[in-house]
Amino acid sequence: MRTVCFYFQVHQPYRLKPYRFFDIGEDHYYWNDYLNRNVIQKVAQKCYLPMNSLLLELIQRYQGRFKVAFSISGTFLDQMEAYAPDVLESFQRLVATGHVELLNETYSHSLAALKSKDEFFALVHKHQDRIKELFNGYSPKVFRNTELIYSDDIGAMVAELGYQGMLTEGAKHVLGWKSPNYVYSNAKNPNLKVLLKNFRLSDDIAFRFGDKTWGDYPLTTDKFVNWLNALPKEEPVVNLFMDYETFGEHQWAETGIFDFMRHLPEAIFTQSNFTFSTPSEVVADLSPVSSIHVPTPISWADEERDLTAWLGNDMQDEAFDRLYELEKKIRKIKDPELLRDWEYLQTSDHFYYICTKFFSDGSVHEYFSPYDTPYDAFINYMNVLSDFILRVETASKK
Amino acid sequence: MKVLMFGWEFPPHISGGLGTACYGLIQGMNVHKQEVIFVVPKLWGDEEPVADFVNASGVTVDYRERRFKKLWKNLTYLEVNSYLVPYLGPKAFKKYTDYAIHDRTDVDESIFSTNYQFSGKYGKNLMEEVSRYALVGAQIARDRSDFDIIHAHDWLAYPAGIAAKEISGKPLVVHVHATEYDRSGESVNFPVFEIERAGMHAADHVVAVSQLTKNICVRKYGIPPEKVTVLHNAVLDASIITSSYQKKVPEKIVTFLGRITYQKGPEYFVEAAKKVIERDPKVRFVMAGSGDLLNKMVDRVAELRMGTKFHFTGFLKGDDVDHMYAISDVYVMPSVSEPFGIAPLEAVRHNTPVIISKQSGVAEVLNNAIKIDFWDVDAMADAIFGLLHYPSIARMFTELGADELKKLKWEHVAAKLVTVYDKILAQRA
Repeated sequence: MRTVCFYFQVHQPYRLKPYRFFDIGEDHYYWNDYLNRNVIQKVAQKCYLPMNSLLLELIQRYQGRFKVAFSISGTFLDQMEAYAPDVLESFQRLVATGHVELLNETYSHSLAALKSKDEFFALVHKHQDRIKELFNGYSPKVFRNTELIYSDDIGAMVAELGYQGMLTEGAKHVLGWKSPNYVYSNAKNPNLKVLLKNFRLSDDIAFRFGDKTWGDYPLTTDKFVNWLNALPKEEPVVNLFMDYETFGEHQWAETGIFDFMRHLPEAIFTQSNFTFSTPSEVVADLSPVSSIHVPTPISWADEERDLTAWLGNDMQDEAFDRLYELEKKIRKIKDPELLRDWEYLQTSDHFYYICTKFFSDGSVHEYFSPYDTPYDAFINYMNVLSDFILRVETASKK
Repeated sequence: MKVLMFGWEFPPHISGGLGTACYGLIQGMNVHKQEVIFVVPKLWGDEEPVADFVNASGVTVDYRERRFKKLWKNLTYLEVNSYLVPYLGPKAFKKYTDYAIHDRTDVDESIFSTNYQFSGKYGKNLMEEVSRYALVGAQIARDRSDFDIIHAHDWLAYPAGIAAKEISGKPLVVHVHATEYDRSGESVNFPVFEIERAGMHAADHVVAVSQLTKNICVRKYGIPPEKVTVLHNAVLDASIITSSYQKKVPEKIVTFLGRITYQKGPEYFVEAAKKVIERDPKVRFVMAGSGDLLNKMVDRVAELRMGTKFHFTGFLKGDDVDHMYAISDVYVMPSVSEPFGIAPLEAVRHNTPVIISKQSGVAEVLNNAIKIDFWDVDAMADAIFGLLHYPSIARMFTELGADELKKLKWEHVAAKLVTVYDKILAQRA
């Protein structure tokens, strides 16, 4: 059997409102409701609704031979419930077909795995509960960590949580000569299978599809199936992992991305011997060829595939450390509002906005950031965090 | 006596302290029944009618006047710095730039067109506006004979003052509110320096806003000390402001408020903050303002890991400035070079104790303040810590500082200025 495994990441952060120094100690509401609602509703029209309906159509047409997986962050679930219930319903319809798999992740798309096992576990459990609640008792078998961040230690924690498989990036510097198109196992706990993103074929769709300067533009289904067929025959699985917003938002409808996806299953069924599988099917069907050693964390971001998009410059490290210093106090307080803010403040996007790596050429980072500069992002985040710290201190004195 | 004054900005349309100082000075002159004709590049129409205002944008220059052509020739150096041509010897460069300026008909024509719209800002056409302003000065001096003395505020208006003196033969006073050495340290912009030097030399007398500034005029510009009189600035309103605005954080607040530029010494404030926070975590530092060093300061604060205790507000205006003073427990002005520096006096009005650098003119008039060298971050940290923890000093400063403020009146400044005028006119007579 040779198979294609599609996984789409669905996430939106709770973006902060412009929060001034004068607000510290007085205004305890941090979220930019207007912007957050606007983003969800805009992307719903361009991506979530049309793509969900296309996927439903394909699943019905191929009677389950076409299937996909989603990981939907808790911050997205919350915003969807509040701002776009029709989008939530369309996801629920997809899951109800039985051919759409859901994965678990940390509830607030957090970087907790790098800092605190307790917090990491707490956020995973919260995500499990939330998925159960919204998707008719659904219980994911496979885990994906924020931004596909993975290391031997993180994998071992995920195994401890009872997952059979976990997704991550097929980072070149980790794989070396090895191929991402096999199943591997965690170096510390061989019970956890590791699926690696085929970044070339994934990014051909996610990043290069509409790029007219790309040598292989335009990407047709025939071309893509030829590339799949050209892979060594013994390689069993091609993991196509990407942001769900690829469809209609990063690649606009005008690029033909929806038509490509509409015709891809047919092309794969008729011109190749590939099938479609979900991550849990891949995990169940394939045995690992070896373990994979990842002593330092990798991610799916940027050329480096490391953590430097979120952590590493002084501002990011400062914000991150100050936030996680509060963990013990938060646990003791058990205040639902503080807990919610604490979780939303952990969302990786806040740290991504403070990235200075691409200060000169802007590119991807700038596209995603509501701030003009990483400095603005830092100042705003720290103002909010300063108020949050005051609240935590006041509450822990009670 | 009637004074023909050239300024560059006037309240409410100001970007710095110059406009406010001119306003205060005119108010003081009015107390002594001295008449002032005040020329600005652009009048907006909402200025308080305290003087006989002349809008330079509305003055028609008669370009047939032979003497103006001659003046214009002398002004050509103003625009030289816009031509940076590599690989030319000094002679070739001079030839090139002279050629470029005199044969660029667009410049000549717009400068000599009968009317010219000034932006009155500090934009990229600044040098052109300064040249044109000089021609307006000449025209006004030719049209009006009803003034006794000419007074030009800061380098932007010096060429106008010089031109007016040349046409009218009346004596000129230049008023130094700041010099290029304050703004840029030792890396001075030469054309600006050149205008400042020419202004001070052409003047019959120089007024400096502090002894510090007088020293710069003497040492860097070669002006004989007896030709320079120190007239410290004053405050428009010495009343104590009691704000109802309340602080919302439990910690004490230490504030830097000003442009975040080399001249203001923001990096010393950041370093001192670190030292204070190490000893006392119950303090917050605020850097209010913007400028070219802002991002560098943000980086440094993150590097020192004090981002939850050190805050940036961006540029503040209106009520926010008052609120900031009102909630501050200590105000610090660590300027590297500050000709005067009115901000600490505003802090005193809000009953906020102040720490000022010895390299500021205001240190010469404000006794009830802690004075430190801008570079001495240990002393700065000690002073901040002391004012926060030993309330008696802070209390004394606020009580006595209020009394000191009352002595800083523009009418006193104006009175001294009138004696300077009298002396000059007496020498002439």
